[in-house]
Amino acid sequence: MIKVQNLVKTYGQVEAVRDISFTVNEGEIFAFLGPNGAGKTTTIKMLTTLLRPTSGTVEIDGLDAATHQNECRKRFGIVFQDPSLDDELTAWENMDIHGALYGVPRKLRHERTDMLLQLFELADRRNSPVKTFSGGMRRRLEIARGLLHTPRILFLDEPTLGLDPQTRNQLWTHVQKLNKEERVTVFLTTHYMEEADRVAQRIAVIDHGKIVAQGTSAELKQQTNTETLEQAFLALTGSSIRAEGADASNDLRNMAKMWRKPR
Amino acid sequence: MTTIYILWLRQLKRYVRARARIVASLGQPLLYLLGLGFGFGPVFEKAGQGSYIQFLAPGVIAMTVLFSSIFSGIELIFDRQFGFLKEMLVAPVPRLLIMVGRTLGGATVAIIQGLIVAIICVIAGFRPSLSSLPAAFLFLALIAIVFTAMGTAIASVLDDFQGFQLIMNFLVMPIFFLSGAIFPLKNLPTVMDILARLDPLSYGVDGVRSALIGNSHFGMTTDFAVLSILSLVFMAVGAKLFSRIQL
Repeated sequence: MIKVQNLVKTYGQVEAVRDISFTVNEGEIFAFLGPNGAGKTTTIKMLTTLLRPTSGTVEIDGLDAATHQNECRKRFGIVFQDPSLDDELTAWENMDIHGALYGVPRKLRHERTDMLLQLFELADRRNSPVKTFSGGMRRRLEIARGLLHTPRILFLDEPTLGLDPQTRNQLWTHVQKLNKEERVTVFLTTHYMEEADRVAQRIAVIDHGKIVAQGTSAELKQQTNTETLEQAFLALTGSSIRAEGADASNDLRNMAKMWRKPR
Repeated sequence: MTTIYILWLRQLKRYVRARARIVASLGQPLLYLLGLGFGFGPVFEKAGQGSYIQFLAPGVIAMTVLFSSIFSGIELIFDRQFGFLKEMLVAPVPRLLIMVGRTLGGATVAIIQGLIVAIICVIAGFRPSLSSLPAAFLFLALIAIVFTAMGTAIASVLDDFQGFQLIMNFLVMPIFFLSGAIFPLKNLPTVMDILARLDPLSYGVDGVRSALIGNSHFGMTTDFAVLSILSLVFMAVGAKLFSRIQL
């Protein structure tokens, strides 16, 4: 369903993603793990056509993401790491714009919006502006929105960040249900290892822009001779904190982005 | 079509809900109209130029549209900051349509602001000729499109709010002051004359003014031709830069 070959992204001297390759099969829940600044979000941005790779290819459902951008975009839904809702608009309006942008016919769009708002327990607040929502409600709305156009692939970039255990649990139950019943392929990143362990069928670990291991949770534990996925993760990526390196490369990236030159 | 419509509608909804913004954005034109209008009125009349309010009102209306449309374009920075830009950019529609929808929405908002100020001008004593209202409206629309597209183009290459003040002080204010909105372009020193001719708003102010009070510097046809060409150029540039945005 997703095929990544020799993907590279460099910002000036900084290599954010260095030659990674992997495949996500149809109907699979695939977890993409890594410390802060390892290249997870950069990778997701390239997979979702928001960022052009320096080199390498991304294939979504057999289509080259670079040349068939819009066809690829129709096939996936994405829940971004940081908010992407219009705060001034209501929950319902946010859903409606999304449906319209994805070419969902009006009647179906309204039906599905009502159904999804119900499902994510937002129905009673459908006409409130998003700026009045709590963090958890916003997250739920983003997820509901990502599902509106019945995507074949769902990208979840740290979807449970800042959510309480109840909401997290509910979210993963729902994702698993979607995966099972509608065969939606799921590509997720998270810092909560127990979540990845619980839902993901296969896992890839990225560090310093390179994939350091991939396989099932059991395989990773076996490979590192550890008991839990968390231990396996630490064994693979080391236990030193990455924030500094990440900040420096972030700064560089932001500098490079400030006056964007044609690339 | 749905894409253009839904994003146009979004701009309008955001506008209607931001009441504080509506009121705030009317303050500046009002200040110019009343402060300059009544302050310089007597001098202007003594110099044999007739009523200053008559002369100034079209300029203030055009200014309102200028500020409002540049701001609408720049709002793209807010969309980037608050994340909604991602939602638009990842959608399976050509970016050109997104840009057109946003621009038309922003332009519509700017025109509404212009009309509100026009009404205030009438209350303050402005008496336009009613027969050419459609022509005046057309010029307001062209100004709105040119500058919303310009704002979008600028916001497409800016990352954050840092550059915003820079744009206001070194682009928008000069565009306003050099446009002949507050003084006649007749008999200007050569440098000023050249600058005024380079300023897109000069043709907008002139078009609105010739429609509303029959006082033209460049001629209405020239105004119309220049603004039409510029709106196409800025739409094209804006669309190009917008389509290049990467996150």
